[in-house]
Amino acid sequence: MSGWDVAVVGAGIVGAACASECARAGLSVIVFDRGPVGGGATAAAMGHVVVMDDSEAQFALTSFSRRLWRDLAPELPADVHFEACGTLWPAADEEEMAEARRKAEFLRGRGLRAEILDEDGIREAEPNLRPGLRGGLLVPDDSVLYPPSAALFLLGRAPRNKIVLRTGADVRALDPDGGVVLGDGSRISAGLTVNAAGCWSPDLTAGLPVRKRKGHLVVTHRYPGHIRHQIVELGYLKSAHSVSSDSVAFNVQPRSNGQMLIGSSRQYGAERPDVEFGILRRMLERAALYLPSLERLTALRSWAGFRPATPDKLPFIGPSADNQKIWLATGHEGLGITTSLATGRLLADMILNRPEEIPSAPYSPARSLPEDKAHD
Amino acid sequence: MSDTRSRFEVVVVGAGPAGLAAAAAAAECGRRTLVLDATPWLGGQIWRGREAKGGPGSAKRWLARLQAAGAAVARQTTVVASPGPGVLLAESPEGPREIEWEKLILTIGARELFLPFPGWTLPGVVGIGGLQVLVKGGWPLAGKRIVIAGSGPLLFAAAAEYRAAGADVVLIAEQADLARLVRFGLSLPRLAPGKILQAAQYQAALLGVPYRTGCWAVSAQGADRLEGVTLRSARRTWTERCDVLATGFGFLPNLELPRLLGCRTENGAAVVDDRQESSQAGIFIAGEPTGIGGEGRALVEGLIAGFAAAGRPERAGRLWRKRRRALAFSRAMDRAFALRDEVRDLASPETPICRCEDVPRRDLEKYGGWRAAKLHTRCGMGPCQGRICGGAVEKLFGWDAASNRPPVFPVSIGTLREPDPRPSGASD
Amino acid sequence: MTEIVSLTINGRPIRVPSGTVVAVALALAGESRFRRSVGGHPRGPLCGMGVCFECSVTIDGRPHCRSCQTLCADGMEVRTDE
Repeated sequence: MSGWDVAVVGAGIVGAACASECARAGLSVIVFDRGPVGGGATAAAMGHVVVMDDSEAQFALTSFSRRLWRDLAPELPADVHFEACGTLWPAADEEEMAEARRKAEFLRGRGLRAEILDEDGIREAEPNLRPGLRGGLLVPDDSVLYPPSAALFLLGRAPRNKIVLRTGADVRALDPDGGVVLGDGSRISAGLTVNAAGCWSPDLTAGLPVRKRKGHLVVTHRYPGHIRHQIVELGYLKSAHSVSSDSVAFNVQPRSNGQMLIGSSRQYGAERPDVEFGILRRMLERAALYLPSLERLTALRSWAGFRPATPDKLPFIGPSADNQKIWLATGHEGLGITTSLATGRLLADMILNRPEEIPSAPYSPARSLPEDKAHD
Repeated sequence: MSDTRSRFEVVVVGAGPAGLAAAAAAAECGRRTLVLDATPWLGGQIWRGREAKGGPGSAKRWLARLQAAGAAVARQTTVVASPGPGVLLAESPEGPREIEWEKLILTIGARELFLPFPGWTLPGVVGIGGLQVLVKGGWPLAGKRIVIAGSGPLLFAAAAEYRAAGADVVLIAEQADLARLVRFGLSLPRLAPGKILQAAQYQAALLGVPYRTGCWAVSAQGADRLEGVTLRSARRTWTERCDVLATGFGFLPNLELPRLLGCRTENGAAVVDDRQESSQAGIFIAGEPTGIGGEGRALVEGLIAGFAAAGRPERAGRLWRKRRRALAFSRAMDRAFALRDEVRDLASPETPICRCEDVPRRDLEKYGGWRAAKLHTRCGMGPCQGRICGGAVEKLFGWDAASNRPPVFPVSIGTLREPDPRPSGASD
Repeated sequence: MTEIVSLTINGRPIRVPSGTVVAVALALAGESRFRRSVGGHPRGPLCGMGVCFECSVTIDGRPHCRSCQTLCADGMEVRTDE
């Protein structure tokens, strides 16, 4: 018989959430990662837990997952730095104000809280934002957290002995009969395997349309109270949508220790994880446009990493199209922290034939995908 | 120097002995040379305070030589990144500066190695070299009781300086055993005859101060500041009341900038060839980053780098013999003052290892390596960017805490985001 | 003839020779705690060379300034309440 019920490849936040849900349902789980826990896209993530309305399917996954995070919040240890700070979407002009109102209606229409701020309201909410903003949208139930510690917490949250973690383990291939083949040729058998290897998932599942998208981040020294909300420009979606060119968007988060995390950038085609100065400058230029006070503040570090992107901006969650023993939980791009918990829950629902809390079909690896325009 | 972008044939980063020598050599060869330093002073930490006072010795001579050679000087200019090939980005009081170079010489010195022990974070526990620098700048020591505990030849020089500033030096505790030091002492006449005289001078200045070998500080006590230190030797453990504990276990090369620029490092030092050129063509490295060797080695390496960068390898070649002697001396020092196992492992489970983020040893031990520990505890993620805890975890756990991310020093976002002010190639 | 600069440390005036760094002025003023660590513990200068950031203070309203690398200036306001 198989050694393990489930083998999860990838100890990022998505792999950790899948392992945690499976283990909590009583399955025995082994988790592999070639690096430390949360060392891939999880370490390159900003750590937002946000509802997004890019599509109904994206909304369903993000809002469900946000609810799971809020349910979990009381259990999160201090080092996860969970901050229910909400998201503020500043509107620069009347056009963006209309977009803010549209979003507000969308969210309220689905029973979520959303508040429209006028000129005075946004100045009061974030006094350090540049003067002259038209207003904005406040989504009070969004939050931020520190992802690597969250991933570690999820793995540790499972019942005793239900999860075995192997970091620094090089998985060479997925065994079509369940389990994995390690770099030294040894096999670990399992009832089924979950490919949660993020950017490296196509190396293990050939033909999977997941591509690396590079992102840069900057973290500041401690300035408690300098900002109070996660702030994201409404142009963020335009930037996130652009699948071909490099783009930057203003996104800044307060950490509970007073640090601020500044993003964001998106690049296809970059192979090296080094910080690229050109894009870093554009990103900071964008940030200073909204938050001019940043100029005088001190940056401690910058870093870059890769996020796994799919052609339709939705992750793959479910059994692979051609092998029922190999499951996928990958392609979460910039929303992996938000959607990790929902991914784990959905995956476990499907594995255990439990009723699904939200329909899983939109995330099925077998779904039809748009042509990948980004391919050069 | 008000222009935000400038271009030089030779740019020297760091104005300590190696940097002054390199800049003087390059400028003497007719190269348009800039030497910059993060501090308001020239001479580096070792010659700190000598610039204003003139003073005796080689500092004065080298500062005069630099001036005569006509190299440009930029103070309070901290290099933080390399925005593109052949360009450095620096922060200065006047704002961001971009400096283009044809040849680059990195003479960025070293920092003190601190090994954590219970109480090492108390105010009053200061670096041996750090306190020297502060004392040169007027730090009040008159009447203070000081214990010096650490390792290396610096202990004598520091004790003499503290005493000259009016301190009551209670004890000098050297962790290395006497037998090793005697072997080193015996090799001095061959390796560095001048050091004997220096040693004799210190000895005279320190008359009456006990110097104990095979002795080290195991903990420091105090509520809001240092009140006493517990010491240990082979025979006993005892406590000395004191106001200041000066500690330090030698030096660690500063390698953040060479690593950012892609220069190869090995065993904690930059790899260079006979001409002091690094693995990156056109980038030369001299002095402490190539291996701790003090003033003598820094000066000769600096000259070699300066001549080589100026395209005068024959002048560099004449100095190789001198460099060989300096290298032999630093190897002998390394052996003499090698760390004993006990001092690597003094931290208790509660002792903070990362002082910026207050991460105790207990939290770090769970992880198998630096990256995992850093990700999950925030060790090394504070403003010192791992410069202090990096050396500590290397000695404590054997972790490699190398980093090569910009900015190599915390810097204002205004400096980082500054777009190219003028098209490349513009010159002031 | 050495020039003198006047500054305040936590509101109290002090005069020091020009060329003095803020860390030294703090010591002359009798301060031993320069800042509190993120865990609330008292800290003072360690490296003296601008590397460790333990001597960080607020200068003229700007937090996180390394006092060992900053020269005193006339009218400077230094606070050790970080």
